[in-house]
Amino acid sequence: MEPFLLKLLIFLAAAVIAVPLARKCNLGSVLGYLIAGIVIGPFGLSLMEDIDAVMHFTEFGVVMMLFLVGLELKPTLLWKMRTPILGMGGAQVLITIAAIGFVSAFFMPWQHALATGLILSLSSTAIVLQTLREKGLMNTSPGRSVFSVLLFQDLAVIPILAVLPLLATSVMHTGAHHGSGIVDISALPPYLRLLAVLLSIGFIFILGKYVSRPLFRTIAATRVREVFVAAALALVIGISLLMTAVGLSPALGTFIAGVVLADSEYRHELESDIEPFKGLLLGIFFISIGASLNFTLINTRLALIVGMVAALILIKGAVLLAVAKLFKMPANERWLFGFALAQGGEFAFVLFQFARSNGVLPVPLTEMFISVVAISMFLAPLLFLLYDRLIAPRLQTTGADRPADVVESSDRKVILAGFGRLGTDLGRLLIAAGIKPVILDHDEANVDILRRFGFEVYYGDATRLDLLESAGAAEAELIIITLGDRQKSLELVKLVQKHYPDLKIAVNAVDRRAAYDFMDLGVATIRRETFGTALTLGQDALQLLGFHPYEAYKIRRLFRKKDKENMPELYKMVRKDTDKYRSMYQQHDANLAALMRQDQEIDMEELDKAWTAASPET
Amino acid sequence: MNKILILFGHPAFNRSKINAALRAAVEELESVTFHDLYASYPDFLIDVPHEQRLCEAHDVIVLQHPFYWYATPAIVKEWLDLVLEHAWAYGSNGTALSGKIFLQALTAGGGPDNYRSEGSNLFTIQELTAPIRATANLCRMDWLPPFAILGIHRGLPEEVCSQHAQDYRRAILALRDNQLDLQRARSFELLNQDLSAIING
Repeated sequence: MEPFLLKLLIFLAAAVIAVPLARKCNLGSVLGYLIAGIVIGPFGLSLMEDIDAVMHFTEFGVVMMLFLVGLELKPTLLWKMRTPILGMGGAQVLITIAAIGFVSAFFMPWQHALATGLILSLSSTAIVLQTLREKGLMNTSPGRSVFSVLLFQDLAVIPILAVLPLLATSVMHTGAHHGSGIVDISALPPYLRLLAVLLSIGFIFILGKYVSRPLFRTIAATRVREVFVAAALALVIGISLLMTAVGLSPALGTFIAGVVLADSEYRHELESDIEPFKGLLLGIFFISIGASLNFTLINTRLALIVGMVAALILIKGAVLLAVAKLFKMPANERWLFGFALAQGGEFAFVLFQFARSNGVLPVPLTEMFISVVAISMFLAPLLFLLYDRLIAPRLQTTGADRPADVVESSDRKVILAGFGRLGTDLGRLLIAAGIKPVILDHDEANVDILRRFGFEVYYGDATRLDLLESAGAAEAELIIITLGDRQKSLELVKLVQKHYPDLKIAVNAVDRRAAYDFMDLGVATIRRETFGTALTLGQDALQLLGFHPYEAYKIRRLFRKKDKENMPELYKMVRKDTDKYRSMYQQHDANLAALMRQDQEIDMEELDKAWTAASPET
Repeated sequence: MNKILILFGHPAFNRSKINAALRAAVEELESVTFHDLYASYPDFLIDVPHEQRLCEAHDVIVLQHPFYWYATPAIVKEWLDLVLEHAWAYGSNGTALSGKIFLQALTAGGGPDNYRSEGSNLFTIQELTAPIRATANLCRMDWLPPFAILGIHRGLPEEVCSQHAQDYRRAILALRDNQLDLQRARSFELLNQDLSAIING
């Protein structure tokens, strides 16, 4: 146990030191992890051993990441993206295979060259997606193109695994990487194997679509959080085992499960539960890539490896730019697309191992390629940096006279915390204006009903930071707080102010006192729950008493304006009073009296001055 | 019998004695629809289709309002802006108002002496209401010179006030019963300059 804990401590400490440092230097967390890996690796402080095993285990982080990516992609959105996925992704993979294969064929037999091309055509899903997310580029159009290509590459792993053994030049023991799951189906005849594959995909679909909801609801009703976390983890691990058993990529399996669950109300709950595990595993995975850099090899063959890395990045970059042009991507997006994907991917490590054990590629060659891929992955965040520093500013200046992008109202992210009586009408208004809020509510029955009416409602306690995070608080523009509980509302405001200082806050205050509490926190947009209704009813009353409707309307508006103007003064008065000892009732009475005094000073003639003034002359 | 729609706009109606008198004189008349715009749309959210149906259902359209800064109160302008749509009120297919009689009835603070080229307002009432006349023309309506009550800022004596209200009622009734000589009326500067001269019978 202790050596394990010690190892864990080394990893975690390395991450804790390196990542904040890297972010401080604007390098992104991925580069931080990679550097941490080099430092604690065999060529640094030599603090860890058995890196391959660590890397193999933490590859599971990639599986979890694809589950999370799937959760964010509704089936309809995925269907909309079918052209970029198949077209752009297919073009990138095929042309890259051809280009790398062609160049490599000058140096090695064609089988080796083709295998190399197949393996190097893939890019690093882990690094690229992580970096895109950090930069907030996931939902931009180049971000989506990048994602489409990565998705196609993940799908392409399956046929590549199937084709590689056919390229074997020396006979080796096969099947070494098959059937690592509980059951080994490789012994089955092919038609049964196909059947097993189809059945398991069908199983995932049924599980996600029909079984998961009642299951999660039961678990959520227990209100024991760990059980939900356990269920989420069991789901992801179970699916990846199943996929491995039938010989499919676990990442693909969990991705499908994620997409199926993307419509579920428990999506955010799942996201926030899996996220920390994914983050840690991926972090350690990146550390192990850093640690696996073989500096002895790199040192002795420095020129060759540098040349190969350069060739890899240049060829992939050129192909990407060509594909971008082929698919008529705007010029300023092409560069990001090209820079983002011009590296080797983590699947290459797996595939090179696979190729070696199947006798497709000789050991020295795979050693070399693994270093090349690792270096190119190390360079990936630096390429992003290069893009940010050199390319992006130039594109900005050349496109200066281009009109600013119109922000679609449907793209504006609004979080609506609390969906009770007040939140419901507010949500209806927003939806009518074309803004679809992400709704958080704690009432299971509420959530169920509202979902049936087509609202995007998620179950959970809005004052939980992780739920806010997965509801998209980091990218959201505005949070509207309509929780019934004043204490919870105050808590939520503090939480948002602390963690998302850029998120705008609009809040409902149950009464005047609650409004003062929010003013203490510096919230600017505060509406008192019953105030609007009181004034509207007042207008109705005046009208029923025979006031001209426009007169009644003017009085309401004027009253509201005066009340708003008096608010800061009353606030000061109330806060001063609180310092002295006073019973709450006394204070309430005093406040009311002050309020009434203010009201008497409201000059209703003010609005009509223009209409009634006599002209000074004639 | 012509149907008459009176579009009335006054933002502080209960402070205007003369407009109250004018309103009382015509509001209850048969086949006259008195439509208080500020009462119907205190928040200015004008129901355009409803207003267009109203116009289509009447033969005479009257704009009654105080003369603010040589123009109409805000809601009347808003009404013109929104309701008089292209292809409904004007344009090659816009014939909904074609042939309807149009009258502007206004109350102004300044007296007749102010509304002259030598007076403080530099222009006559007809000159200052030219935009409304052009609007009526573009909508192919039969324009009449404005019914204008001037000099009200001094406050009108009770009997003058009721005299104006009676004149207004007479004019509206004549319009309703087809007893107004439109040709003749157009030769006057103001409609209420000499009512007896233009009303038959």
